[in-house]
Amino acid sequence: MALIETRSLTKRYPRVTALDAFTVDIEPGIIGLVGANGAGKSTLIKTLLGLSAPTSGTIRVLGLDPARDAEAVRARVGYMPEHDSLPPDLVAAEFVTHMARMSGLPRTAARERASEALRHVGLYEERYRQIGGYSTGMKQRVKLAQALVHDPDLLLLDEPTNGLDPAGRDGMLALVHRIGTEFGISVMVCSHLLGEVERICDSLVAIDGGKLLRADRISAMTVRRDVLAIEVDEGTAQLEAGLVRAGLPVTREGRMLLVPLESDQTYDVILGTVAELDLPLHRLDQRRHRVAELFSAQPTPGEVANRAS
Amino acid sequence: MEPSGGVIHDIGYQRYQGPRLGRGYAARSLYAHSLRTAFGLGRSAKSKIFPWLVVALVFMVATVAVAVRGESGRAVLGYLAFTDAVSMPTLLFLAVVAPELVSRDLRSRVLPLYFSRPLRRSDYALTKLGAMTTAAWLLLAGPQLLMFIGGLFSRSDGISGIVDEFHDFWQGVSYAAITAVVFSALAILLASLSGRRAVAAAVIAGVYLVTAPVAVVLATLGGTIGKVSPVINPITLVEGLERWLYGRNTGVDIGGYGTVYLAVAVLLVIAYVVLLLARYRKVAA
Repeated sequence: MALIETRSLTKRYPRVTALDAFTVDIEPGIIGLVGANGAGKSTLIKTLLGLSAPTSGTIRVLGLDPARDAEAVRARVGYMPEHDSLPPDLVAAEFVTHMARMSGLPRTAARERASEALRHVGLYEERYRQIGGYSTGMKQRVKLAQALVHDPDLLLLDEPTNGLDPAGRDGMLALVHRIGTEFGISVMVCSHLLGEVERICDSLVAIDGGKLLRADRISAMTVRRDVLAIEVDEGTAQLEAGLVRAGLPVTREGRMLLVPLESDQTYDVILGTVAELDLPLHRLDQRRHRVAELFSAQPTPGEVANRAS
Repeated sequence: MEPSGGVIHDIGYQRYQGPRLGRGYAARSLYAHSLRTAFGLGRSAKSKIFPWLVVALVFMVATVAVAVRGESGRAVLGYLAFTDAVSMPTLLFLAVVAPELVSRDLRSRVLPLYFSRPLRRSDYALTKLGAMTTAAWLLLAGPQLLMFIGGLFSRSDGISGIVDEFHDFWQGVSYAAITAVVFSALAILLASLSGRRAVAAAVIAGVYLVTAPVAVVLATLGGTIGKVSPVINPITLVEGLERWLYGRNTGVDIGGYGTVYLAVAVLLVIAYVVLLLARYRKVAA
């Protein structure tokens, strides 16, 4: 049985068409829903939850129609919204217990599963503290715990890494991956950062302007490597020549040089070249692809290399 | 038996096989949670201060009434009169608690978490209204129970006295229920319009304070306008209704217009509830 099935799903608001003849079949697993802001991701989530009825077309979630059996669908789906949505004056354990009861869990089960959910997201020790005193990362984890507490069959996570620092992002992504694999719960992760979701997802659904751009398993999509951005305070041209000599396909963007990250050796080559030329290195970091780049007419690293040479 | 200080086992994730109770259970849980919230239970000590200050005040009034009756043998403050005597503290209680129940959820944007669960938007709105009404009724009826128990001890006319006393008590708590419904429906509606608790509290108190002098001025005109105008203020509206239903002279001159008071009260409550439901149909999820 498909996890999510839509047929010509269309949602029109008075001034915009948020979903436009959206047809997709999504299999269980970890799914990345990628698209720019305003591409229709949130509308799709609201339709999946039965919070907003489609203008036309059909939708099935876990074999149920959310427009007709909204309550049955919502009992089996967990939702983590993008924005802040926690009461600061409540203790995390109590809040998650309350949300478990809102999902229909009896009192004792609600309390036990709230503790468990908070333990799984790594907040066991801190669970009796007020949410208002939590860091952004901890709040994100409480939001995830409340979505997970009633053991849903499908988790909808809207930009779960929003506002997190790099370490927090990696932690959150690892957690989502664990939920999808070890816990056996299907997860749909919405993001505008393709580089993030492609690491943990089995399949990707790309949406733009309410239309389906592409839906496929990750393995079937062309593997795109990340790009390293290098900036030196002086001698950019020197470095560019040096890197080309070292056999790296370099492209110049303003004050930065971009090199596709082939392997860890790429770092060594770049650092070696910088050291050899004795240049003041200002930054060297990994750039992630944005969805817009992948699905627009952006040249592939190969093309970049050809143009650079 | 585990050895003391034993090993912590990571038993991994376990699927939930137990019962999943539906909407009705979720609504009952929300009701209980909200009723507790109204009195600051399960919240910080700071949010307990105001509700319990009002509770202490109304019970103090009831205690004095019981004591005076015990001394003089005469009920200076009856059950019906009690609700009118504490209408100002009740109003302040509503102005503080209604925003606590609904504005807080708007402010912290927690509603999407509710609406993505089996509970419906209308369930949420009506449950919050139910909890507010119950809290207001408990505030008014609780002290009357104390007065009733005190009253039984101060009577010496046997069974017929108990029946009389119970009749008066019953009138008192039923009037308290009418007051609680009329006041709460307006307070919850107004609170649901703002995520800022201070603003919502000011608006709720403002509606009562602004309409009161207008009603007084119009009442001085006499005639039909003077006898009907108290309906624009919720406090004088329920006092007029009280006079018509229970025949107690509340100082509100309703003339022959008792049915107008009843009709206005019923229509207002219906209008408040309809507007409240409309508000929650629109509120962002």
